[in-house]
Amino acid sequence: MSAISERKYVHPDVLVSTDWVDQNVKNTGVRLVESNEDTLLYSTGHIPGAVHVDWTNDLNDQVRRDYITKAGFEALMSRCGITPETTVVFYGDKNNWWACYAFWVFQLFGHTRARVMDGGRLKWEKEGKQLTKETPAYPKTTYRARERDDAKIRAFRDDVMKHIGAHKPLVDVRSPEEYTGQRLHMPNYPNEGALRGGHIPGAKNVPWSMAVRTDTGEFKPAEELESIYLAGAGLKPDQDIIAYCRIGERSSLTWFVLTYLMGFANVRNYDGSWTEWGNLVNVPIEK
Amino acid sequence: MNDTAAVPAKLTGLLEAFDGVTDTEERMSMLASYAGRYREVPPSVAHRPYPEEARVPFCESEAFVWALPGPGGTLTLHFAVENPSGVSAKALAAILEKTLSGAKAEEIASVNPDIVTRLFRQNISMGKGMGLMGIVQRVRDLANSTLRERSTP
Repeated sequence: MSAISERKYVHPDVLVSTDWVDQNVKNTGVRLVESNEDTLLYSTGHIPGAVHVDWTNDLNDQVRRDYITKAGFEALMSRCGITPETTVVFYGDKNNWWACYAFWVFQLFGHTRARVMDGGRLKWEKEGKQLTKETPAYPKTTYRARERDDAKIRAFRDDVMKHIGAHKPLVDVRSPEEYTGQRLHMPNYPNEGALRGGHIPGAKNVPWSMAVRTDTGEFKPAEELESIYLAGAGLKPDQDIIAYCRIGERSSLTWFVLTYLMGFANVRNYDGSWTEWGNLVNVPIEK
Repeated sequence: MNDTAAVPAKLTGLLEAFDGVTDTEERMSMLASYAGRYREVPPSVAHRPYPEEARVPFCESEAFVWALPGPGGTLTLHFAVENPSGVSAKALAAILEKTLSGAKAEEIASVNPDIVTRLFRQNISMGKGMGLMGIVQRVRDLANSTLRERSTP
């Protein structure tokens, strides 16, 4: 795979390579954040110096189905030793689903000094780079966050209804089996979370996995992404687009690709996704 | 049916030990420690590719379970977790092997899949939790199957 700088992304600085991370593990201005689907994975070995951000406990409110508040985000940043000036580099399992999800949540609070490690854990492990079980301890910081701003990059069900009415583009990033309603979850996962199968009317099915090389976890070059999202799905960079999946993690990855690698200006992630839409009463569904 | 009445003492003791752990990091560390003790099914029992009948349905960690009859109505349990990132599944497999293997089939059949919640608490997604419960259910099904075979004349 070519170097990140050669892949012609619109915002290439948002990605860092595994080699870059290897050279910056002791950089005090950088904080590595690991986020995984299996939250035990961090305990079995992580990149030296990396802190663990658990999407279930750290990023989500523990009562409402919603994200943490400003106070919760400030406490998380303090615990991780992050200041507004810290460059946060996210990585994780599952081709960086949860890394992109955490990246997206951080953007709700405006922490723009954020990067994703291309290839995630998969590439780091394949390259035989160092992993440690030692949990780092950083001095607590004082972090003053802005109020969470959902308007720009997060969509709610009412936004989706308006979107459908306006015939604006939606991207369903789930597997074809989920899109057609054959399954309510990814192949090999338990069927759970929704009473109805199918997709939101008008949504185009562009599975998240089309944007990455599954052997290395790296993002595909801009030319290939253009052929998938522009030529293939007919999307345009200036359109108002909503992406969704089942709970918003896979669509975070697609949101990241469209927004940063391809430079789309208005992409929102509908994190309610199919576990909300597939349970709502009297909303339109296509199969 | 009271699922906890005849649960093997080893499992009951382990669950009580986990109940006493309120610190999330400590709980994760304990679970990771069990994952490190995971032992794959020996070649004398099964070879790759593992038979589909041993597969736990809809478990993303690609878990497989075997239950071999032992003396006195006991069962010896073996596990395989094929997804290298399936650390939680490996932890659960190690716990089930340590606490249930060698117990009587009746006792194993009484284990409730809800033990996954007691072990992992909220540190797990709904989908992964259901996959792990599927492993416990598979163990329970194998025990029940053994009991049915025994009762068949």
